[in-house]
Amino acid sequence: MENFGSLAILLAFAVAIYAVVASVAGRIKNKPFLIASGRRAVYSVWVLMTLASAVLLHALLTNDFRFAYVAEHSNRTLPTVYKFAAWWSGQEGSLMFWSWLLATYAAVVVFTNRRKHRDMMPYVVAVLSAVQTFFLLMNNFVANPFQMLAVDKLITSVPDGSGLSPLLQYPAMAIHPPMLYLGYVGFAVPFAFAIGSLITRQPGEGWIHTTRRWTLITWLFQGTGIMLGAAWAYHVLGWGGYWGWDPVENASLLPWLSGTAFLHSVMMQEKKGMMKVWNIVLVSTTFFLCILGTMMTRSGLVQSVHAFARSDIGKYFVSFLAIGIAGTIYLILDRLDYLKSDSQLEAVVSRESSFLFNNLILLASCFAVLWGTLFPKISEAVSGDQISLDADWFNRLMVPIGLFLLFLTGVGPLFAWRRTSGESLRRNFQWPGLAAVVLVAALFVAGVRHPYALISFGFCLFVALTVIVEFYKGARSIAAKSGFSLPHAVVELTHRNTRRYGGYLVHMAIVLIFIGITGKAFNLSDTREMAQGDTMQIGHYSLHMNRMDQGENDQYQWHKAIIQVTKDGADLGTLEPEKRFYKASKQGTSEIGLRQRPNEDLYLNFAGMSDDNQRAIIQAYVNPLVFWIWAGGLVLIGGTLVCLVPSKVKMQYARTSVVGVAKTHVKA
Amino acid sequence: MKKYGKFAILIAIILAVMVWLATAGSGGSKTYYKTVAELGQMGDRAYGQRLRVGGDVADGSIQHRGKQVLFVLKQDKQDLKVVYSGLDPLPDTFRDGAQALAEGKMDRDGTFHATSIQAKCASKYEAKPSLKPGQALPNINSGTKASL
Repeated sequence: MENFGSLAILLAFAVAIYAVVASVAGRIKNKPFLIASGRRAVYSVWVLMTLASAVLLHALLTNDFRFAYVAEHSNRTLPTVYKFAAWWSGQEGSLMFWSWLLATYAAVVVFTNRRKHRDMMPYVVAVLSAVQTFFLLMNNFVANPFQMLAVDKLITSVPDGSGLSPLLQYPAMAIHPPMLYLGYVGFAVPFAFAIGSLITRQPGEGWIHTTRRWTLITWLFQGTGIMLGAAWAYHVLGWGGYWGWDPVENASLLPWLSGTAFLHSVMMQEKKGMMKVWNIVLVSTTFFLCILGTMMTRSGLVQSVHAFARSDIGKYFVSFLAIGIAGTIYLILDRLDYLKSDSQLEAVVSRESSFLFNNLILLASCFAVLWGTLFPKISEAVSGDQISLDADWFNRLMVPIGLFLLFLTGVGPLFAWRRTSGESLRRNFQWPGLAAVVLVAALFVAGVRHPYALISFGFCLFVALTVIVEFYKGARSIAAKSGFSLPHAVVELTHRNTRRYGGYLVHMAIVLIFIGITGKAFNLSDTREMAQGDTMQIGHYSLHMNRMDQGENDQYQWHKAIIQVTKDGADLGTLEPEKRFYKASKQGTSEIGLRQRPNEDLYLNFAGMSDDNQRAIIQAYVNPLVFWIWAGGLVLIGGTLVCLVPSKVKMQYARTSVVGVAKTHVKA
Repeated sequence: MKKYGKFAILIAIILAVMVWLATAGSGGSKTYYKTVAELGQMGDRAYGQRLRVGGDVADGSIQHRGKQVLFVLKQDKQDLKVVYSGLDPLPDTFRDGAQALAEGKMDRDGTFHATSIQAKCASKYEAKPSLKPGQALPNINSGTKASL
């Protein structure tokens, strides 16, 4: 079996190289058979990678501990679903998972475009296969998942594996990596089309139209992956937070930020023929950030609490990035003339300029996060000291940036193209603006003094109202014309222009997420050592330790605290935070006790036993509004899905241009 | 070019604000990463900085004294006395021989006052599967090379 797997990835490597060479040679020498063979090579790589993955999965599911990978990442008592998840939980397996996803994407792209874009498809195939070649190089020669345990030359096995890290044994964590990887890998497709269109100097926006759905789906996966990661951090790590500006978290945020910028700026190109160079730069940046993200997650380049194994795969990634970035820059500079803009910016208060600032802010924040994440490496190179920046640094920088972006979310869509008149500004923003000011004043009177929180709530209401008004105005006019009821008219309106109204839904999701994040300004936390019968107070809650319990099963030993919760005298039942110690991996984890409500979460963590082993250390947190982050995440998914539904009335993003003057009139 | 002037000014203001936010008061956000050996060479520069020191927990050095935990971090021949007085309980992986990261400040008397400790059990990352008595240590060889 293991030879079969090794052989499959080795063959896949050779076939991927063939796909690059055949496609490029076929295109240059104009040999259709070579081009077709390049396409088939892409399918073959998929078949080979699927077989190889099946071999590894079979070994995981049948506890074949002769495989080093299985021995390190699984054990006999591991639940089956996590044995499956072990495929992407370790270094070698996750890199092979990357290759398999890329092979799948490439096969789908080649199949769906088999009769389209004859000019650039060979280059698309070549770019995708070149990326694949790099990852297969890693699979074969650097991080081979089919390494066997051996004594001298004799293959051997161990009685039981050392188990999957218990921190990863959680449903959200089992699907978080695939989601994120679907996002990371997916950006290879728009990138390949951009490069293909650049090499062949395609006229028009063909690559953008073709990849619009890809980009959106990829972006959706990435956003979902980030949300799942946050949910995992909140529910499993037991520290009462969901985002800590850890390098690995940042790595997933970076391509999402630049991808968001790309989603917005392509609209400028579709509608106005502007920002052509910029879009190519953005899609390439996003792709390379995805590669960098994979590298940061996998190589331990920067110290992270996620503590993945350190390894030397970093240098291969750096070489790949260097070659890729240099090639892309050369191509763009060489073809600058073809990327000339069709129109120019006209006014500061216009849709164009709001896109420009949206892009500027997203990219600047992307750069800031990258800077902060790589700062230990940068400072080491400059001064020889490794200096890391803490979460406060990121918050100080990112909170104002985030608020400015939130503001743009509200005003941008309502600015007119070219220039916006003072009259329309007043009409659109008068009431939402006034309502926001009233809300801020009311909150201030009610005792809220946190400046960022006040600004954030004000902006949230402002943006939400502008979105609601947009829906209402459109739906009302449809209802008036067609006699539909208002809810029916809202559906009809959305269906007529799914991109626009789906986009508004995504903006609404961003508002909800901001509401949730703003709740952080009002967090409470306390840590107490509690014996049976002790009581502690936090906020309105009173926590009474009923008793402590302990036991063990196949997988782990556990301690549990059963805590009676009352709020202002009303009984709310018990919460049972638990501390586990996993036997196979010798690691501890926390199972928090959580009471989640739209207004606030009560979050209890059993942090451990006191030194005399008599009292439980209980960390209690009251986190207001966190619920809305997850609610916003769901709306984000829903809104993006709406964007993917084709519009009922086909919206033509036609540009008005004179194509010719009719000289004769046809007589009717 | 006049209208581009306005854009340039706005963009410049935004970038300037960001640079200001990034640099103003970032001193308090900086943590120097040092190994025990490097810390010894820092001399006077070691005081007053926030530091993160990495090393191995010396065998038998962990002592509990009231709320505080005392232990020694060592690397090669260098030792560092650490006093931990943070609120969080120590991680389960913190024990003799573990690799630990202590974050805090250096005191003039030569002890390191840590406010947080991270630890990882070294063996987990070196892939030493359990062995039957008498069995030799397995090497991890590439299946590709051994079989083809």
